[in-house]
Order: sequence, then structure tokens, then C-alpha cells
Amino acid sequence: MKLVADQVSATRSGRTVLAGISFALESGDGLLLTGPNGAGKTTLLRVLAGFLKPSSGVVRIEGGPAEAELGEQCHFIGHLPQTKAGLTVHENLAFDAAFLGEVDGVDAALGRLGLSELADIRAGYLSAGQRRRLALARLLVARRPVWLLDEPSVSLDKASTETLARLIAEHRASGGIAIAATHIPLGLEGAKELKLGRVPA
Amino acid sequence: MRAFLALIGRDIRVALGDGGAIGIALGFYLVVVAIVPIGLGPDLNLLSRIAPGLLWVALLLSALLSVDRIFHNDHEDGTLEVIALGPLPLELVVTAKAIAHWLTTALPLVLLAPVLGLLLNLEAKAYPAVALTMLIGSPALSFLGALGAALTLGLRRGGLLVALLILPLYVPILIFGVSSIDRMTSALEPSAQPLLILTALTLATVVLTPLAAAQALRANLG
Repeated sequence: MKLVADQVSATRSGRTVLAGISFALESGDGLLLTGPNGAGKTTLLRVLAGFLKPSSGVVRIEGGPAEAELGEQCHFIGHLPQTKAGLTVHENLAFDAAFLGEVDGVDAALGRLGLSELADIRAGYLSAGQRRRLALARLLVARRPVWLLDEPSVSLDKASTETLARLIAEHRASGGIAIAATHIPLGLEGAKELKLGRVPA
Repeated sequence: MRAFLALIGRDIRVALGDGGAIGIALGFYLVVVAIVPIGLGPDLNLLSRIAPGLLWVALLLSALLSVDRIFHNDHEDGTLEVIALGPLPLELVVTAKAIAHWLTTALPLVLLAPVLGLLLNLEAKAYPAVALTMLIGSPALSFLGALGAALTLGLRRGGLLVALLILPLYVPILIFGVSSIDRMTSALEPSAQPLLILTALTLATVVLTPLAAAQALRANLG
């Protein structure tokens, strides 16, 4: 499969944040987004996920299931916790799995991210790093070809960061595409790099 | 269908575990209804005349109190991003969340209404009419509320704006809800017409608001 962005531009509250971004990624590719704060890394990821309409240009996915839109083929890990504070760790992930169409794998995913012992704790009581790991566990319960990761390693400890790097490497090895805005190496060896800069007004 | 039910189930679990979001709506309902007889004085005839309308108005206000919860919390903690990327079209997401809101808020309020009728000296023959009209009309309250919540997503103090946007839309439901109680219980010739119109309003709301709310969500997700 192939993910193509063609001359994508985007504006936020009237200001052009992205101008003419183009890239093409094949199965197994990674893309590292770098650039100073405010360069549009998050905006680009939100455009790719389909939350934000590009003001011009297109994003398309080739070779996937014909019916599925891009949004249904990607995982988006953003700045927000993406978990319900009032539900337990297990309930959170079980909902993600059921909602995204997987039957099992919840316990395995919790084990992989080191959350098995916390399964019955409410997510609201978790530390920031544990909550982030719970969000990352979603990557494992539903198999989707494109991972959009916005600073996925924030608040993770060293061991968890290494786990995340391994997950990304495995995902790419099995033919997935990973796009990450990050400043540390995260299983994105040999990945392409897209340097974003401020768009002159 | 599985995703649809999973979403309803999650919302119900969140509402039940969420420090009594249901309790607040029920408590507010109780307080509004309990305070009116104190303000009006112990005129039982007056109370029983205004009881159906009062129960309905209190139902609208209590339902309003909780509607911005439908999307606001999910937007704030990012779970709406996950839901938006799921296999369920946003129209059905709205439907599922409105149903969950109805089950956790409107339905308990409706069930409580006859009990509160006691406080207002509601006539015995009006009890079934009040319960029936509320049961028919209340889904429209949840669905219109979901529309208001979707429109004000991401706004600070959105809850107040929802009230301003949605209360006028509640007016037809209120009018036909109260007038169908009237026609069922008063000395006038009984007629099913207001009840049929109320049913039509609810059905139209249930079908149309998810379309509009889904568009609002799309615009506000960016």
C-alpha cells in the first residue's frame, strides 16, 4: 500500500501553517517530522488523520481496502490522554478494541506495555507515563496500517520508550507505515525525514 | 453494530461511574419541583392545574443541565479522536451517544416524574398521561441536546451557550407534550392529535439531528 500527500496546504484561523507539502510512503516506510515549535507537525498529522481538511492538495491511500477512508486505516496518538479517567485500564482498552473491531488481544496488549498489574485501576489514577502507555496499547489491539504519532514518547520512561521503538520497528517490518513527530530515535531507522519550517506570512 | 453497542455501553458506564452525573440531574429536578409549591403557597387546586406543565419544564431544564456532557468530556480527554477514527460513521456516533444520554438521564427523570407529581398534587388520572407524553417526548430532548453539544464543542463555557441554542428548539416539544396531557385528562373532547404530533416531532428529531450534529462535529474536530 502507499500513502501519498500531494501539495497539501493547511490553514488554522486564517494563518497558513502548511504550504505545499508532498511525500509518498510505501509499506514499511517511516517518516520523521521535525521542525521548531509551531512548524505545523501536529497540523500535518491532523490533516493526515482527516480531522482537518487541507485548504488545498490531497492525501490519499492506495492499495488498501477500497471502501475504507484514510481515517479508518490509521491510528492517531496525540497530545491528549485519549482515555476515560472514570473507567479502569482494562475497560478503556476493551472499549477501544470492541469499537475498532477487534475481539481479543486486550490482555496481550496490556502485557506488552507493562500494564497488566494496573488493569483494574481507574485510568484517572495513573501517572502521565502510564496513561500514555495505555493510549499506545491501542496501537496493538486494532491492526491498522498507518500510525500517526504526535510526540508519542512524551512522559515515557527509558524502558517504555525502548518498547515503543520496538513496536514501531515491528509495525514497519510487517508492512505498516509510521509517521512520527519526535525528537528522539524511535524505531525509525532509515526513515525519511520531513523538515517543516515556519511558512512566511 | 458491535461498535454502536460498545459506545452506548461505555457511555453508560462512564455516566454511572462519573461521580453521579445522573444524581445531579435527578437532584436538580427534585429541587425545582419541590421549590415551586413553597413559592406559590398551599393552594392545591392551583398546584394540580399547573402540575403537568411544571413537571415538563423541570424535565427540560434538568435535561439541559447534562447535555453538554455528551461530547464535551470526550473532546477534552481526546477519546473523541479515537471515536472519530473508528468504523462507525459520525452520524451513528451521535445517535449512540444520544441514546446513552437518554438512558442515563432522561429516562430516570421520566420515571421519577410520577413521584414528584405527589408534591404538586397531580390528579390521579393525569399520572399515566404525564408518564406517556414524557416517555415519547424525552428522546427528542436528548437528540436536540446532542446537536447543541456538537455545535458548541471546544468552546469554553459551552454549557451556557447550549442552553441558549437548544431551549427554543425544546419549545415545540413542550407545547405538544403539555397539550396532549391536557387533551387526555381535561373535560374537553379527548383527542390524540397533540400526542401524534409529539410523536412525529420526536421521530423527525431522532432522524435529522444526527445528520446535523455529525456535520458540526466534523467542523469542530480540526
